Amino acid sequence: MASYLIIGNSAGGIAAAEAIRRGDPKGAITMVSDEPYPAYSRPLISDYLAGDVTLEKMLLRPADFYPSHGIEAILGTKVTRLELTQKRATLADGRTLKWDKLLLATGGTPTLPDIKGRDLKGVFVFNTLDDAKAIGDYLIARHRAVVIGGGLIGLSAAKALLRRGNETTVVVRSARLLSTLLDAEASALMEKAALAKGLKVIKGSGGEEILGQDGQVKGVALGRGETIPCEVVILARGVDPRTELAREAGLKVREGIPVNEHMETSAPGVYACGDVAESYDFACQEVRVNPVWPSAVIGGLTAGANMAGERNPCPGTSAVNALSYFGTAIAAAGQANPPTLDGFEVLRHPAHNGHYEKVVLQDGRVVGFILVGNLEKAGVIFSLIKERVDVTPFKKDLISPSFGYAFLPAKLRQARIAAE
Amino acid sequence: MKKVYPKEEVCMACRLCEVHCLAAHSLSQDLIRAYKLESPRPRALVQVTEKGPVSLALPCRHCREPMCVYGCFAGALTRDEATGVVSLDPDKCVGCWTCLAVCPYGAIYRDPARGVAAKCDLCAGRPQPACVANCPNEALIFAESARG
Ligand SMILES: Cc1cc2nc3c(=O)[nH]c(=O)nc-3n(C[C@H](O)[C@H](O)[C@H](O)COP(=O)(O)OP(=O)(O)OC[C@H]3O[C@@H](n4cnc5c(N)ncnc54)[C@H](O)[C@@H]3O)c2cc1C
Ligand code: SF4
Repeated sequence: MASYLIIGNSAGGIAAAEAIRRGDPKGAITMVSDEPYPAYSRPLISDYLAGDVTLEKMLLRPADFYPSHGIEAILGTKVTRLELTQKRATLADGRTLKWDKLLLATGGTPTLPDIKGRDLKGVFVFNTLDDAKAIGDYLIARHRAVVIGGGLIGLSAAKALLRRGNETTVVVRSARLLSTLLDAEASALMEKAALAKGLKVIKGSGGEEILGQDGQVKGVALGRGETIPCEVVILARGVDPRTELAREAGLKVREGIPVNEHMETSAPGVYACGDVAESYDFACQEVRVNPVWPSAVIGGLTAGANMAGERNPCPGTSAVNALSYFGTAIAAAGQANPPTLDGFEVLRHPAHNGHYEKVVLQDGRVVGFILVGNLEKAGVIFSLIKERVDVTPFKKDLISPSFGYAFLPAKLRQARIAAE
Repeated sequence: MKKVYPKEEVCMACRLCEVHCLAAHSLSQDLIRAYKLESPRPRALVQVTEKGPVSLALPCRHCREPMCVYGCFAGALTRDEATGVVSLDPDKCVGCWTCLAVCPYGAIYRDPARGVAAKCDLCAGRPQPACVANCPNEALIFAESARG
């Protein structure tokens, strides 16, 4: 009987466990996580902090999930060491576990900026349910909060703080919010919506120092003689792939852990998926990290199927984000904002009534897009990236506000319907 | 499983499918009341997509590999392995719109009144989905999927 060990009990780990069980009804599956909870939805920690959802509503699976799938779940315990030749993992409590197939679904860990005052009371990160709980326990109504970082995680923290009624300022190093996901025009629409909801935004400074008094936060110095008084600071500079186990075990590691089309790492029988993995991105046509939920699930399903003995290639993934913050809806995917315009063709329908359409092409194929407002067609455009459709004959249509499925060429349109 | 298939050659974009879908998913089951009196107003779970002479009503395909289910981090979208039906639980949906960004058919919509996603549920409990039953041109058929 094969034994499977999964480290990480979140999007990627759960998808993999289910796929393993489908492919191998009998094998022994063990899941280990240093978080003490049954798998929950990480993005929803924002709604949790806001008071809009309970832990119960955040759980990814029903209460009997682990026993009903024959999974032994070891929760609240960290894996501290992997020995690849012995196929043995050591846990923080000294226990050891053996595996035939191993999956690293260890996700990411918050990027900690090298900023003075990081250890003051009132400074938090925002990556786990326990982080959200700690912030919620600490926060009182009159606290003013500064969120350092204007990316997805920073904004989702800011959204929750505002919703709780706390005065909130986001400070962002770059010239705009969500600079890695969006272009200037879409960022401006999001910022306008955020300001209208009462968020304060300071651009061009990532915060130089967190100021304290008696060990507690009292402000953030911006480094140009300005300080923002506050009682709470959230460090939200993004996440780094949690690669330390893999690195120490001698696996090949770059930014994340590169995997092949079967989600297998440089060591046979050892797989990786989710935020920690570098897998094939069909928009960029290269192997890279894609720290979004859909990639973790798709990678996990592929890893699990292959661990259980199938030879299924990964359908590929790409960074695809939908943002529904401050009443503004944005979807963006792939190379939505390429660093250089060299070799790219950009089609834009400038902002109109809070709507915006932008599609990025390369060699006649869509490689990225940003949509603000009307998102119903986003998935159709995303599918064109994935299938690498030559859109030359109808490229102008892509940014038409009325674009939809009917705009696809007849052959593609009909074949896709017939396929399901 | 049986799904709703569009026949685009005979669709004339009259949008009666949308109207009957909305009524079928209203509290009153009555068209006039659903539009005028119900609050929040129900939303049609099918939408006609058109370009020039081409039009078709394209409800959820209930995919075997449902991208929406993979993308939904709220657990609101699930696929029943026994029936093949992909369902959306509006109580769990948080309106993040990730499903809209990954559905290759553009068959998930936003319900603005409720702030949650909306998609075809195949009119569970009816002999035939309301859109199929009420299309005057038989441009929608309820048929067994070639993929089983
Ligand atoms: C605030 C926030 C908002 C987000 N919003 C969105 C969004 O809107 N859309 C979107 O697509 N994505 C969003 N994400 C990203 C999304 O949550 C991740 O892409 C997804 O959770 C990745 O899943 P994963 O399984 O790879 O890893 P993770 O969810 O990071 O889980 C990894 C697990 O492994 C455990 N682990 C790691 N190392 C060890 C070890 N050595 N021993 C034991 N356990 C270990 C960790 O504690 C963790 O529980 C958001 C993330 C955050 C934090
Ligand atoms: S909008 Fe609702 S159903 Fe769609 S992915 Fe988000 S939570 Fe799930």
